[in-house]
Amino acid sequence: MTDVGARRPDHGQEPVRPRAPRPRRRRRIGPGFGLGLLAWVVGVLFFFPVLWMFLTGFKQESQASTDPPTFWFEPTLDQYAAVLGRDFVPYLLNSLQASVLSTALAIVLAVPAAYALSLVRIPKWRDSLFFFLSTKLLPPVAMILPLYVIARNLGALDDVRTLTLVYTAMNMPIAVWMIRSFLVELPEEVLEAARMDGAGRIREMRSVILPMIAPGLAATALICFIFAWNEFFFAVNLTASQAATVPVFLVGFISGEGLFWARLSAASTMAALPVIIAGWAAQRWLVRGLSLGAIK
Amino acid sequence: MTAQTTPGTARGAPAPRELTRGERWGRRGPLLPGLLFVIALTQIPFLFTVYYSFQDSNLLRPESGGFSGLANYGAVLGDPLFRNAVVNTVLLTAGAVLLSLVLGLGLALLLDRAFLGRGVVRTLMITPFLVMPVAAALLWKTSMYHPVYGLLNWVISPFGVRVDWVNDFPLLSIILVLAWQWTPFMMLILLAGLQSQPPEVLEAARVDGAGPLETFRSITFPHLRRFLELALLLGTIYIVQTFDAIYMITQGGPGQATTNLPYFIYLQAFRAFEVGEAAAAGVVVVAATLVIAMFALRVVSSLFEEES
Repeated sequence: MTDVGARRPDHGQEPVRPRAPRPRRRRRIGPGFGLGLLAWVVGVLFFFPVLWMFLTGFKQESQASTDPPTFWFEPTLDQYAAVLGRDFVPYLLNSLQASVLSTALAIVLAVPAAYALSLVRIPKWRDSLFFFLSTKLLPPVAMILPLYVIARNLGALDDVRTLTLVYTAMNMPIAVWMIRSFLVELPEEVLEAARMDGAGRIREMRSVILPMIAPGLAATALICFIFAWNEFFFAVNLTASQAATVPVFLVGFISGEGLFWARLSAASTMAALPVIIAGWAAQRWLVRGLSLGAIK
Repeated sequence: MTAQTTPGTARGAPAPRELTRGERWGRRGPLLPGLLFVIALTQIPFLFTVYYSFQDSNLLRPESGGFSGLANYGAVLGDPLFRNAVVNTVLLTAGAVLLSLVLGLGLALLLDRAFLGRGVVRTLMITPFLVMPVAAALLWKTSMYHPVYGLLNWVISPFGVRVDWVNDFPLLSIILVLAWQWTPFMMLILLAGLQSQPPEVLEAARVDGAGPLETFRSITFPHLRRFLELALLLGTIYIVQTFDAIYMITQGGPGQATTNLPYFIYLQAFRAFEVGEAAAAGVVVVAATLVIAMFALRVVSSLFEEES
């Protein structure tokens, strides 16, 4: 509306006055509408493969690989039944255990660390903060061999607890940086008031700080969960049969050679869904997590 | 912002005296468990990697061992397969990063404007990044790239072409999957950058009669530059480490066409059990990553300075 008002003087100078409104309106709606439509088209295109995976999971195998592709079909739960019947559940439980426990452990370790690196100014806090960040930049291939050998010597290969510890370390930089970014946003007066009341460190933490950063902690936990759940490299190298996680289960479909696309899609959908939901829930904080707290 | 730095300094400032040893450890205490944990799980393994890289070590020959000087580095750097992996890594990373950065910028600009259902489009857009990479790789390998039943071929079939994507264009196939997955990442960072522009400045530019292009060139782009750098560097660091897509789609092939450094090291270590050479290759990769990482740290640092 203000747009039209701003342009009116221009149009006042146009020679044919009565005709002006029509093109003006088209111009106002035209580019805006077109760009919005373009955004929709691109968004749907990007989403389409995921939608296709979801749909294919409800097909019969004969409908999953056809030329041209089958768009209309009678949905069936056969593939889900087949996947769940194929010992999928233990993998799911391993994934759940490794992701949830590593997330919890990362939060428990990261909250005090982030506290020390933000509200208490310890000497060389900046070095410690950047040390955490630098470990995120270290390629996993540079650590996998020793981890494998150490785990083997300790008899901890193919053990979910090993994966849990590795994922905790993997997520610590994200957790520390994110939680720190929430802590520095706390209003000074509140902390001051808690101290005036004579609250000790621990009570200040428990009854003032933690409740205030609870949404931030939830966001951090979701981001850690996403990374742990999707992780493949450590999982495939450090587990065999007992502790294998969902991504490792999907490896079994590589040699499927297009025979079990519907079943594969059902399995992939079940594998991907928890993180898609977590990610949609946490999308407000996704950038902060991905940029390790550098971007709000 | 500066107010937030006061608690530490305010408490420290009136008492410039040295903190006692106990007080110092009391303050540092909360940091230590997390710090030591991360050191134990990342730095110690890496030191072992450096150690192995100077050892003649093969897991299949228990009698192997002993200091071998720079022999592993010589073997790795002289290995044509290693050099091939370096070239593939560079092509793959550059291709995927640039493609996703350009697409991400375009999408960020589209999503920066208000339109009906913007939140829904944003949600749809970030989904590829959330899909488990292993599942995404399988999905593309089967439903998208398959020479007979793949959707991509169905889309281009009106033009009378059929392509065996993975076999004829292996590197491009991997790049497309990676770009699909990483475009949302780039978009999110750049969108955050666009939305952090002070509206007064944009309004002032509009009042001064600057057109959209002029505004983009002289206001938006300079503001966005650090976000572009951050997206570029973080994207590079993550994409250099690509393993899942290659393992699932091409297994490094056909031949060695898509073997990148992580996959090369994986083969050396877990298929050939050449621990020494794999470790040397790992150290070389870390050294290369360090260069990129230093630039990344500088950018993060500058965003960080602004905040505190």
